[in-house]
Amino acid sequence: MSSAALFGYCGAVLVGLGLYGLITRPEVLRKILSFNVLGSGVFLLFGVFARRGAAAGLGADPVPQALVITGIVVAFSATALAVALLVRLNKETGQIVVAPDDSEESGEQGATR
Amino acid sequence: MMPDTTSFIDATTTDGYLLVLVIVLPVLGILLSLALGGKFIERITLALLLVGLCVAIAIFAAVLRSDQLVVYVVGNWQPPLGIALRADGISAAMVLTIAVIVFAIGLYARSEFGQQKGAAVTRSSYAFWTLLLGIWSGLNAVALGDDLFNLYVALELLTFAAVPLVCVKGYEATIKAAMRYMLFALIGSVLYLLGTALIYGTYGTLDITLLADRVRPEPAAWAAAALMTVGLLAKTALFPLHLWLPPAHAGAPAPGSAVLSALVVKGSFILIVRIWFDAMPGLLTFTAAQLLATLGAGAVLFGSVLALRQARLKLLVAYSTVAQIGYLFFIFPLAAGDSGNELGASIAWTGGWLQLFSHAFAKTAMFMAAGLIAEALGHDRIAELGGIGRALPITVIAFGLAGLSLMGVPPSGGFVAKWMLLSATVIEGQWWWAAVMLVGGLLAGGYVFMVLGKALGENATLTLRAPIARHREVLVLAVALCAVFLGLVPLQPSGFLAIGRPEMQITALQ
Repeated sequence: MSSAALFGYCGAVLVGLGLYGLITRPEVLRKILSFNVLGSGVFLLFGVFARRGAAAGLGADPVPQALVITGIVVAFSATALAVALLVRLNKETGQIVVAPDDSEESGEQGATR
Repeated sequence: MMPDTTSFIDATTTDGYLLVLVIVLPVLGILLSLALGGKFIERITLALLLVGLCVAIAIFAAVLRSDQLVVYVVGNWQPPLGIALRADGISAAMVLTIAVIVFAIGLYARSEFGQQKGAAVTRSSYAFWTLLLGIWSGLNAVALGDDLFNLYVALELLTFAAVPLVCVKGYEATIKAAMRYMLFALIGSVLYLLGTALIYGTYGTLDITLLADRVRPEPAAWAAAALMTVGLLAKTALFPLHLWLPPAHAGAPAPGSAVLSALVVKGSFILIVRIWFDAMPGLLTFTAAQLLATLGAGAVLFGSVLALRQARLKLLVAYSTVAQIGYLFFIFPLAAGDSGNELGASIAWTGGWLQLFSHAFAKTAMFMAAGLIAEALGHDRIAELGGIGRALPITVIAFGLAGLSLMGVPPSGGFVAKWMLLSATVIEGQWWWAAVMLVGGLLAGGYVFMVLGKALGENATLTLRAPIARHREVLVLAVALCAVFLGLVPLQPSGFLAIGRPEMQITALQ
């Protein structure tokens, strides 16, 4: 098995694990962590594509690497924003999950300001 | 539908700098107000909104005049290595719609987030104006981008500005709503990125115009398109991924609800259209298009029925957004043109986009009106709206005019849009979508008249908690009238919306 294929499979496994966690886990922090696992899998795939797309005289295609760096910055910001929201949620309600269907309440508070 | 890519690619046109300007202006505003301290943020934002509106009009005029794309090649690096910004007919119309609505929302928000003379700027005001600028910049970048990864970054910018806007007031329930919105957005963004990776790995470019020539129907392209579409559907809140929308849009402060419901959900919708019609036109098969429209039909029926069952005005309007988003997805089977019916396809294309623009104006007006009513009464319980029609007549008229557009009754943009989509179903023999549209229109009539019926009822003991300035009511009416005036668009395929699409342009001229 070539190294590109090996990394490709690793990326696929990470994506699968992350997606599973993101969908099945109710706790918000676990969802955020799963998002990061899933994101790492995607970044690894970008690395694999960089390797496969290597042109003559180059070790790797530089474009996917540039994309990964930007992707990491975006994922970092997303994680920071999500964690900040979670911290605030936990402070206000003491909860670590978002219970479904509390739409009634939010309509009330939003309206009466 | 395959565009002839060789004829108009890779040269910055004379008006190209306008595209950069409209994306950079809001960012400039954020940086300026950071540098000068929060004191000036309201004035800076309003000034920039006015300048941005002029730039948007200039872009619209440039596309209209030249009948060609306006292109800016960033740093003069040619795609596939570089990134291009392109404005076709749709982008130009979208940028103009965004500018008008954001400007109106800026004026409307002054009373809630404006600064009292001499007082320090509050935290929520500062956050609101910054987020509004962020959303504006993100939306423009989404409308003008032509590189799938660049669009990803634009979409994230949009999401990161939209989520905090939900909980800008910091109430407990709105933080919950924002958290759920964020979780859906996280799934959406990472799935989209995975699709981008697959496309780059397979075709070696992310430029939409170049992809149109390279993409072939094969497993990698299918997987990428499916992943990106599901990711974007989560952000567009198409049924059954709409769960986050009602609490988030109803919980946000009124100007925030307006921008979220009218514009932000459309950002990811534009990307879905770009992917299926521009980047991978060969992939939009009958089955794929029918599947997307089936979800749309589910949204129309489900959203409308739930809207009818709401006890609160803002939630009703939010569920109506779920329903109206559904109509947009009828563009996929009807405008795909794989049935060999170009006339039907270009009618549906114009109808679909008109639905987007008229819903944007109508929904802005509705949320603004709902905000004024809630402010005046101190609550927004539909059952207790009696007498408000006498107290705030202009607001209730604006709500009704916006409602016409949602129902698809003339004169309104919604009528032209739905009529054209209906004609396309008849021309192309896809009558089942017509049935859904008609039922959806009836249900929309039901929930609009439910509100109007209560609002026009008598109530001698009604006391307003707060007086509403007349100019704010007039502003809401003006936005509602924009939705009505869209109904004056001629009932035929628009040549303007086909700019950048050679085949549709020919049909439109005939």
